[in-house]
Amino acid sequence: MRVIQFREALREALNEEMRADKSVFLMGEEVAEYNGAYKVSQGMLEEFGEERVIDTPIAELGFAGIGVGAAMNGLRPIIEFMTFNFSLVAIDQVINSAAKVHSMSGGQFNCPIVFRGPTASAGQLGAQHSQAFENWFANTPGLKVVVPSTPYDAKGLLKASIRDNDPVIFMESEQMYGDKGEVPEGEYIIPIGVADIKRKGKDVTIVTFGKIVHVVLAACVELEKEGISVEVIDLRTVRPIDYDAIFESVKKTNRLVVVEEAWPLASISGEITYKVQKEAFDYLDAPVARVTSRDVPLPYAMNLINEALPNIERITKAVKGVLYK
Amino acid sequence: MPKTPLFSPKDFYFCWLTNLIAMTKTMAKKETKEKYGKETYLKWYELMFLIRKFEEKAGALYIQQKIRGFCHLYIGQEAIVAGCEAVLTPEDKMITTYRDHAHPIGRGMHPKFIMAELFGKITGCSKGKGGSMHMFSKEFNFFGGHGIVGAHIPLGAGIAFADKYNGNKAVTLCFMGDGAVRQGAFHEALNMAMTWKLPVIFIIENNQYAMGTSVERTSNVTDLYKLGLAYDMPSFPVDGMKCEAVANAVEEAAARGRKGEGPTLLEIRTYRYKGHSMSDPAKYRTKEELKCYQEQDPINDVLAKIKDKKYASEKEIEAIEEKVKAMVEEAVQFAEQSPFPTIDELYKDVYSQPDYPYIMD
Ligand SMILES: Cc1ncc(C[n+]2csc(CCOP(=O)(O)OP(=O)(O)O)c2C)c(N)n1
Ligand SMILES: [Mg+2]
Repeated sequence: MRVIQFREALREALNEEMRADKSVFLMGEEVAEYNGAYKVSQGMLEEFGEERVIDTPIAELGFAGIGVGAAMNGLRPIIEFMTFNFSLVAIDQVINSAAKVHSMSGGQFNCPIVFRGPTASAGQLGAQHSQAFENWFANTPGLKVVVPSTPYDAKGLLKASIRDNDPVIFMESEQMYGDKGEVPEGEYIIPIGVADIKRKGKDVTIVTFGKIVHVVLAACVELEKEGISVEVIDLRTVRPIDYDAIFESVKKTNRLVVVEEAWPLASISGEITYKVQKEAFDYLDAPVARVTSRDVPLPYAMNLINEALPNIERITKAVKGVLYK
Repeated sequence: MPKTPLFSPKDFYFCWLTNLIAMTKTMAKKETKEKYGKETYLKWYELMFLIRKFEEKAGALYIQQKIRGFCHLYIGQEAIVAGCEAVLTPEDKMITTYRDHAHPIGRGMHPKFIMAELFGKITGCSKGKGGSMHMFSKEFNFFGGHGIVGAHIPLGAGIAFADKYNGNKAVTLCFMGDGAVRQGAFHEALNMAMTWKLPVIFIIENNQYAMGTSVERTSNVTDLYKLGLAYDMPSFPVDGMKCEAVANAVEEAAARGRKGEGPTLLEIRTYRYKGHSMSDPAKYRTKEELKCYQEQDPINDVLAKIKDKKYASEKEIEAIEEKVKAMVEEAVQFAEQSPFPTIDELYKDVYSQPDYPYIMD
């Protein structure tokens, strides 16, 4: 199969959906003339023109709100945040407007909008540019939250997100844009809310999503050498969460580790742990473990970052912990 | 709280007019007065040359991967920090964006603490926790480099609020880029600062681009100082390639602030010679445009005046340059030789409460 970059997979999804539906447009900082801060939208201005690929001032609150208004009035905006750290400037429009209009209007208005961009850390960028907010958005009813980990998933899920009639938060990673993966020619859709088994195994289940999937898979290679077989479930969507996929795997392995880049309090891992103890208590042979970012803002120094983020060492330790090894 | 007078369109034009008159006066003064002498010019030269050499070194070390993350250089904009420092007191405050290596040097910090921060070392001015975008120094009244465009502008007003509240005579200089003025936070802060007469000087370092986006592409209002007029704020454009022009404008604004007359907005027009950050090839502008500004280079300008007025001999100028180069070398050595933070630093400085119960699993 053909191999393309993550950014190219996203671009294909954007291009295909924009060709198919005139109501779809792309708006954000540096998306047009600069071809995207991370070159996701390369060439799109040329193809679709400045009416549909729109550079904004640095005014996230304003252009997120303009997106919501346009969505309420029949368009299907794709709003790019240069990173989700900056979405906090706009979060009022995401939570108080996008997520609410359908419900507040008694179903009269809907909000088919995609807010997308990179999330979480990307090297030594300091505390304000290194935050994973998947759980923040996942907390809010009215939103759907997609966090793909491969070019294949990214393309299929972005197409589904653009076609979805509800607001979707679509979270990528600066560190994945150059990743290569197999993506078939032609169109396909991956439904929102369905997890994917990225590795089959029998001893322990790891549930994870987004960029951290790759750290987990690297840890699995190490664990394999020690004879430990791990099943890796990539959630792909953290709202809604595919709980059935988790229960099914846990019923087989009887041990669960959840890995994510967000901070621990009120995290996706906390939520999954609650559900698993409630629905699959009798199947667990050990308490659920998790690996998250440390409970601190991410500092700049590399040695502190290595210690603060989920890494191979912490993941293997957690896996051995649930195996009592 | 002062009573808000009724506002009519006539007032609006009047405000425009007074502002224009004040502006013309300021500009006229610049032409005639020779208020800066030998000492100031030599200080300007040394400070700007230091900033330039420091930034060139930082750029080179970034390419060698000694410095990581985002790294935004100040090359071309030196006259702004230099001009400001000529008329400030150590009690005055500063806050700025992520383009923040020069401001603490201007405040008087030894560059070695900035270089160590760029290396992520514990001896850095933010203990290696901030990095390029987050220099801080309480000692030098430098309230930080901030990473979210526009977000620190209300903070600048708040710092001034505290000084007014406590009856201090200090003023706060709140720097920002041209891109930041399109954020709501800018407008909210200007409105409140003017309403409450806060002693803050909002300084737009208009280097004409926000990443790849030129000012003209972001609004119909491209004379950025005019944005302050909507709030009745004294607002002026300033030539940012000339230390004298910057110093004059800031001196007047600071005097207003200290007298309780409230804030000023200065649009200081400048240019960054390098890309937005180390990863930006800056293809959105022409070589000619860059050259046009390099021909007005503020360091050359000051040096020419020093030579013209015979403020220093060739030898004395050389001595300044040697001193600066030695300082930059010292900064690099200090950064190289300093240790990284120890791992226990991860859980330090997050809360003031020393025994805060972190989640540790
Ligand atoms: C809220 C927010 N949006 C976007 C960014 C990404 N970003 C960082 S700097 C920058 C351009 C800012 O330009 P300007 O204000 O002119 O300052 P300059 O870099 O030219 O000094 C952008 C878009 C950010 N840091 N914060
Ligand atoms: Mg700028």
